[in-house]
Amino acid sequence: MAVSAFLTDATLCIGCKACEVACKEWNHIPADGFTFTANSYDNTNNLGASTWRHVLFLEQPTPLGPQVTGTEDPFRWIFLSDVCKHCANAGCLEACPTGAIIRTEVGSVYVQPDVCNGCGYCVVSCPFGVVDKNHEVGTAFKCTFCYDRQREGLMPACAKACPTQSIRFGEINDLRQQAQIRVEQLKQRGYSDARIYDPQETSVGGTHALFVILGEPEAYNFPPSPEVPTIHMKSAWSAALISALAVLLVVGLAFAL
Amino acid sequence: MPGLGTTFGRGGATTALPDLMNADAILIMGSNMAENHPVGFQWVMEAKERGAKIIHVDPRFSRTSAVADIWAPLRAGSDVVFLGGLVNYVLQNGKEFREYMVNYTNASIIIGKDFQDTEDLDGLFSGWDPERRSYDLRTWAYAHCGLDTREQQSGDGGHAKESGCITVSDLTTCVRDDTLQHPRCVYQILKRHFARYTPEMVESSCGVPKELFLTIADTFCSASGPEKTAAMCYALGWTQHSEGVQIIRTAAILQLLLGNIGRPGGGIMALRGHASIQGSTDIPTLYDILPGYLPMPKLGLNSRNLDAYLSKHRDKTGWWWNIDKYIVSLLKAYYGNAATKENEWGFGWLPRVTGDHSHQGYFLDMMDGKVEGLFVLGQNPAVAGPNSRLERKALTNLKWLVVRDLVEMETASFWYDSPEIERGEFRAEEIATEVFFLPAAGHAEKEGCFTNTQRLIQWHQKAVDPPGDARSEPWFMYHLGRRLKEKARLDPRPRNAGLNALTWDYSLIGKHNEPSVEEVLQEINGRVLPDGTLVSGFLELKADGTTSCGCWIYSGIFPAPGQNRANQREPRDFYGHGWAFSWPADRRVLYNRASARPDGKPWSERKRLIWWDEAQKKWTGLDVPDFTATKPPDYQPPARAEGDAALAGDRPFILHPDGLGWIWAPFGLADGPLPAHYEPLESPVRNPLYTQQTNPAAMPKQRADNQYADSPDERFPYVMTTYRLTEHHTSGAMSRTLSHLAELQPDPFCEISHELAAERRIQNGDWVTITSMRGIIEARALVTSRMQPLDIGGKRVQQVGVPYHWGYRGLVKGDIANDLIAISEEPNVRISEKKVLLCNVVAGRRAQGRQALEQLEKHIGGRLWQ
Repeated sequence: MAVSAFLTDATLCIGCKACEVACKEWNHIPADGFTFTANSYDNTNNLGASTWRHVLFLEQPTPLGPQVTGTEDPFRWIFLSDVCKHCANAGCLEACPTGAIIRTEVGSVYVQPDVCNGCGYCVVSCPFGVVDKNHEVGTAFKCTFCYDRQREGLMPACAKACPTQSIRFGEINDLRQQAQIRVEQLKQRGYSDARIYDPQETSVGGTHALFVILGEPEAYNFPPSPEVPTIHMKSAWSAALISALAVLLVVGLAFAL
Repeated sequence: MPGLGTTFGRGGATTALPDLMNADAILIMGSNMAENHPVGFQWVMEAKERGAKIIHVDPRFSRTSAVADIWAPLRAGSDVVFLGGLVNYVLQNGKEFREYMVNYTNASIIIGKDFQDTEDLDGLFSGWDPERRSYDLRTWAYAHCGLDTREQQSGDGGHAKESGCITVSDLTTCVRDDTLQHPRCVYQILKRHFARYTPEMVESSCGVPKELFLTIADTFCSASGPEKTAAMCYALGWTQHSEGVQIIRTAAILQLLLGNIGRPGGGIMALRGHASIQGSTDIPTLYDILPGYLPMPKLGLNSRNLDAYLSKHRDKTGWWWNIDKYIVSLLKAYYGNAATKENEWGFGWLPRVTGDHSHQGYFLDMMDGKVEGLFVLGQNPAVAGPNSRLERKALTNLKWLVVRDLVEMETASFWYDSPEIERGEFRAEEIATEVFFLPAAGHAEKEGCFTNTQRLIQWHQKAVDPPGDARSEPWFMYHLGRRLKEKARLDPRPRNAGLNALTWDYSLIGKHNEPSVEEVLQEINGRVLPDGTLVSGFLELKADGTTSCGCWIYSGIFPAPGQNRANQREPRDFYGHGWAFSWPADRRVLYNRASARPDGKPWSERKRLIWWDEAQKKWTGLDVPDFTATKPPDYQPPARAEGDAALAGDRPFILHPDGLGWIWAPFGLADGPLPAHYEPLESPVRNPLYTQQTNPAAMPKQRADNQYADSPDERFPYVMTTYRLTEHHTSGAMSRTLSHLAELQPDPFCEISHELAAERRIQNGDWVTITSMRGIIEARALVTSRMQPLDIGGKRVQQVGVPYHWGYRGLVKGDIANDLIAISEEPNVRISEKKVLLCNVVAGRRAQGRQALEQLEKHIGGRLWQ
């Protein structure tokens, strides 16, 4: 099967949250609780065990490209549907001690619910803060990339529900190319801060969920250079080794002297 | 609906949603389309990607504004000033599409010399009768056109086709000046009428800076003409005003001046409030019309007999010449063999309109103890009705109430858990209303069709059986009717004659005896009698009792057994022919004759839609012609021609007796032949244009239980507007009960500017109390740059946005925003002014229980009705 991916475009999103609801409906995910956050129109806060698609609402004191508004100060309202990045080098997968997290034939990272033992290593290993434990069930959950739908030749529920093609689903190289074209097009139209978020240069090695965003990635809760925790293994083990040697040395010296 | 109906001939959206993709500019005003029509909005996004400029004019920066090219903040209720400003801009700068305007509209028609404008009479048109609070419309007539003096009052307005007055001699005698120089031609009157609607007036009245207004005017006008088209989208932000119809009229006039009607990428997209709202006016749940916009007979006025009805409503020229065919075929569909020529096809059995039977009217009557029983289907007036505190109290005066819904929502439970119980205003044990709650089937649990916002009738199948005792509406109506007929059969009183004559013979299907809805659709389509062959369209209908048709505009939807065209699923082309059925006759863009020049050739290759094919001697193109297919462009009617034959080959607005688009409405509207700006019933300012403050013909229904603030009023300094969110559906009965939707917007909130928040010491997320002359509610505050203070005539005006989705039941609850709104009636369609009122906002939660009312009384400085 081809390696599939999402391309989520903030400049086409109208913040309708159809993706969020379609995801919950298809995957039978429970509600998060009825809490008013006063954070613009966002009341589900972030990705988690029971929110696998999450629409961000950013109110920023910056103009939106060439947009003309009657606001007294510069202003823009940006929406973006966030999702698990399905990293090329996935921190969660590498951390999973039971083999519950696997790489599927479509390139996605999948948590097998019947194998997961709820140790939670994946939760702390995700550089994007995506994987989360459901404390009632006791195991880890995140976007499945609608693995069940993809195996039947259907596109993920969120992409299917999106009315404005803000969420596109397809083959990863096609989408990477589309994202390039889109960003160039946006720049020509005056959206000078348009960019692709697809950290290929870091140890994550690129993601299967690409984003077209405006402005800095931090505003979208995207780390500017995410790293897989295992890259720290060498330095961590080296440090441990040096520490152990130092301790041995001190102990040895203590006896010797 | 009369806004579009009076101007163009039909009360439906003139275009189709996918056609918005062809637009060069789209003005969205009075609508938050991205939030409330997100699926249709894909075509706006597509247009934007293709280079169209998207303009959003709205009191709030909403999700629509977020993706628009231009957003202008507007003071709620100043829409006519803004649109009138655009009309003035077009006329002053010669931006009109002159050839279109001269040929296809009544711009060149000369008006009688007795007409006096609002400019002459300081806000009133000639013919105002202060006693009757309505206009005598004789002076609005075309010059040299004798009026039928039997019907001079404009007071009836209404949803139906406009009441005909012009006779055939009018068309031959009415005077035109195609040079548009005559001082009394419509063009010149219009120019004078809107001359004071300047960019400066727009700035000081609407709060839209002059530069921004001129940018919008230039963007929209530059996208109009032979090579380009611009579209408009509106929704309840235009309709729910005391001058709602005239707001839509102003937009319609603008589109006629710019030549944007009947052309690809042009038009006015009337975005309806929810599923099948268009359908429920086509086959109406309204009291003043019959299916297909046939007027309901009114007692004493035109109802004596069928001849009296026809002599009032039948136009000698234009398509409504055929009204006899449609009413007789409708009566044959209702009464079958019992309808005979001798009994005027049963016309006498139709009920008569005897007064104000609108939602507003009957709730006030209910409050006054004049209504015994009520059926509530698909509505939740305890939350969604204007002055909903009054409406909930009115329900206690009923003897019986039947509510059918998916869940027991507020209207069904008002007698034991409404705020009035908590406040001790009434007690459950003292309410005599017998409430029957019946579970209803959801749309996936029954088959049938929806008529969507673009007049598209789409069939849907049943996916699952409804649970338990839940049943479909057809089941309920059919079996209720069957039982009533059984009771009436043995009761020979004259009042039962109509019920006894009614045909009620649908096949019953399945274990629950569901009536066959396909048969209902066939009855709507129409049949040839007596053998029952289905008709292929409304051209086959006759006035001699040999055809039946349940709704003439839908005719052709089921032309043969097994051919349910609402259930077509294979679109053949861009306009979607082959996917469902668009009334009338599957025409997707109405008045599309106007897409070609008078000589029948397209205005431009880029904007071609239909054109005259000289070889085939017929109209052809990308859509079904909204025109007699074989009538050549140079056709001239012979003397004494009648009906459609009396209209020349270059008259695209075939439902009008003159075939023209009506910049000037000589009749059909209760509040003026042209739109004029009136302030809302509650306004922070005085009318800057006329001494006449509010729409003179509007009905505020002011009474002890429906009070108004002054304009302006120190107690209520802020302008409030209500609206909906993507996450919820109307009164919330279908969304607050679903966890996946309820969690997305769990609490009632109001949106306020940073400046207002600072003024009232409110932090983002705080509880605030909002009051009006009618009620008191609490909500969370969202303090945001999306709300902008406006400078209106030197005064700083703050606007407060309040969505109205919450009530006292469901997974998430909250105070009812509509408690704050007054019951009022626009003069043509009696809609309430829900989009603008005056309010006050203070930090902190409201008092609990009875003390809440005391808190409000203290603020008002007087007693509140109990």
